[in-house]
Amino acid sequence: MRMNKSYTSKINRLILVGSNLVLVMLSFSFLGCTDDAQKVVNLNTLVMQDEFDKQGAPNTALWNYNIGNGQNGWGNSELQYYTDRSKNATVQNGYLIISALKESYNGSAYTSARLLTKGKFDQKYGRFETRIKLPWGQGIWPAFWMLGADIDTNPWPAAGEIDIMELRGQNPTTILGTVHGPGYSGGQSISKSYTLKNGRFDTEFHVFGIEWGPEYVNFYVDNVLYNQITPADVTGEWVFNKPFFILINLAVGGNFVGSPNDETVFPQTMLVDYVRVYK
Amino acid sequence: MKNMRTNNFTLAIFLGFMLAVLSDCQRNLSDDVEFAKYPNTPGVFIDGFVGGLQYFPFAGSKLNAFTVDTETRYAGTASMRIDVPNVGDASGAYAGAIFPDNGGRDLSDFDALTFWAKATQSGTINEIGFGNDFGENKHMVTLNNMRINTTWTKYIIPLPDPSQLSFEKGLFYYAEGPENGNGYTFWIDELKFEKLGTVAQPRPAILSGEDKTETSFIGVNTSIGGLTQTFNLASGQNLTVSVAPSYFTFTSSNVEVARVNEQGVVSVVGAGTAKITAILGGVKAKGSLTIQSLGQFTKAPTPPARNAADVISVFSNAYTNIPVDFYNGFFAPYQTTLGGADLTINGDNIIQYTQLNFVATEFKNPTVNASQMTHLHVDIQIREAIDPSDFITIQLGDFGTNGAFGGGDDKSGDYKILSAGLSSNQWISLDIPLASFTGLTNRSNLAQIFFISSDATSNNTPTISTILVDNMYFYK
Repeated sequence: MRMNKSYTSKINRLILVGSNLVLVMLSFSFLGCTDDAQKVVNLNTLVMQDEFDKQGAPNTALWNYNIGNGQNGWGNSELQYYTDRSKNATVQNGYLIISALKESYNGSAYTSARLLTKGKFDQKYGRFETRIKLPWGQGIWPAFWMLGADIDTNPWPAAGEIDIMELRGQNPTTILGTVHGPGYSGGQSISKSYTLKNGRFDTEFHVFGIEWGPEYVNFYVDNVLYNQITPADVTGEWVFNKPFFILINLAVGGNFVGSPNDETVFPQTMLVDYVRVYK
Repeated sequence: MKNMRTNNFTLAIFLGFMLAVLSDCQRNLSDDVEFAKYPNTPGVFIDGFVGGLQYFPFAGSKLNAFTVDTETRYAGTASMRIDVPNVGDASGAYAGAIFPDNGGRDLSDFDALTFWAKATQSGTINEIGFGNDFGENKHMVTLNNMRINTTWTKYIIPLPDPSQLSFEKGLFYYAEGPENGNGYTFWIDELKFEKLGTVAQPRPAILSGEDKTETSFIGVNTSIGGLTQTFNLASGQNLTVSVAPSYFTFTSSNVEVARVNEQGVVSVVGAGTAKITAILGGVKAKGSLTIQSLGQFTKAPTPPARNAADVISVFSNAYTNIPVDFYNGFFAPYQTTLGGADLTINGDNIIQYTQLNFVATEFKNPTVNASQMTHLHVDIQIREAIDPSDFITIQLGDFGTNGAFGGGDDKSGDYKILSAGLSSNQWISLDIPLASFTGLTNRSNLAQIFFISSDATSNNTPTISTILVDNMYFYK
């Protein structure tokens, strides 16, 4: 696909910021420099991709749905009811379109969709990447994220969670990359934000990804690597050493963003161009 | 801020030149044609006037309200200082000025006018924006009621559609009056056009976003107001500015019924229904105006010529009218009636009331001495079918010697017209002896004329909803 080539070259440029520089950059950071020390590896072998090129329902070989409003709004007091209806999730014109609608449905005031690869695709380590045009507005909460594949037997937060991208709709220029694990979940999660200086996440597509290997998770947006999290950064056991599966969702309301208000425009849509996983 | 001077010098010479060129060649412009570019200088006031910037205060404003301040500033060496006068200041009632660059600028690469501002106290600046050039004000943009306080804050005024701003003279303007009678000072600094890249999600609106329906006739002209553009900013704030009609492209769904010009003025030309909508920068505006034209309008019979001493006219194009306070008092909470003297059909002013239950025209400044008059004349047209239980009551109110409502000296009288005396869609000319208004024992301080379509006989349910009224006068 058209983006693939140019993006690969961007990643190769990033890789130039190689391990030789790490010590130098670390010493800079001790001197008060705010640049993050980055350790980057080459992860360019494609192992899974969904380019969303087939019209209709998302590929059932890869994607499941979460349905309903979960326990306590999926643990976050979220307001939407997730469905598998095409009005909430469909593939059209090369995009997965997830739509948050304002409608009364099974006791909820909003509907939306949450897709996940649980039981269909999971992987330990690699590069997990997506290209998305995000929705906007107070109380809108889209995310591209991962959970430990053993979550049914090893409940959250011990299973681990990697939020590759989360956005608060009321902050249209800022996304967050976060890890949750035992001892560092919810409000104590390890997180960093990335803000566009002359652009927004809801007006054009942006690439969101992580490069994940033993003892590190690197977070990037487009061609900017903006954070690295290592075992030294987490205040508990490092649990990112087992397979994780992928989730894409568009939540409405909840503790993280607050409720929509009169100015929030509905419907809101999240356009996903692709999901790719490399090793 | 009603008294702003708008010197109507226009772009006529420039436009005339353009037309001459275009009509001469009769060909489409090729892609190779490059129009003359105006400078795309971003600065307006950084540490002084940038480019050919000029200062023109509004007539009636404090002419020296603006100065360059080198002591208080956000950045650099100087800021713009604006001293808002106290109420009663002989030098002017408010601070207001435009800052044009009459050479013109190309602003099409920018998306916002930005500046830093603070004030000696919290205040609300009435109007601040750009596009006011003492000419056509074709691209005027106004941020209304901008809150300001004592801390330097960055403000953003988005460009509604930058592609239309390749030649703009009016780079900045403001108008602010005293706060609670008191003057104060505010400062503006680093005033410039910027490409922020974060001004997004345009949501234009006409008629403040409402879908309105109006009954109308051939010959009626209506202006579409409530023109706004709303953007979402990087802060998450949704900011709405008032914008000039020229930014919009207006469309009528049926030009045989209604046409709309680039100023948003709708002209009704035929019978039927037409919906007026608009687009700004490729985005459909929220709100619409549906015209339901009833076709040709038949004027009410023209009243006969009378000596001035023989007539006291409240509402007629045939006579000189007395001062009227209002044609609809919107009396809360029971009144439902909408409308008033807002129809102009081929130059004739008509009152239209809709959702009538009761409504008053009031003229108490001064009250009217009709003690020498013998009749009330009024022309009424009922715009719906007449049911047997329908009626209209006309009530006259006299405020007594105190000239004010209440006080124990008020008198009023009713004259009720039952359905047998009514007909639909044609003028009913009434000449009612004032003696027939039972209970109106005094008419030397008349101040009100009511139209009422609901009373105890109808269980307080309105019987007639839409009426036109013309030629209300007392005569002898």
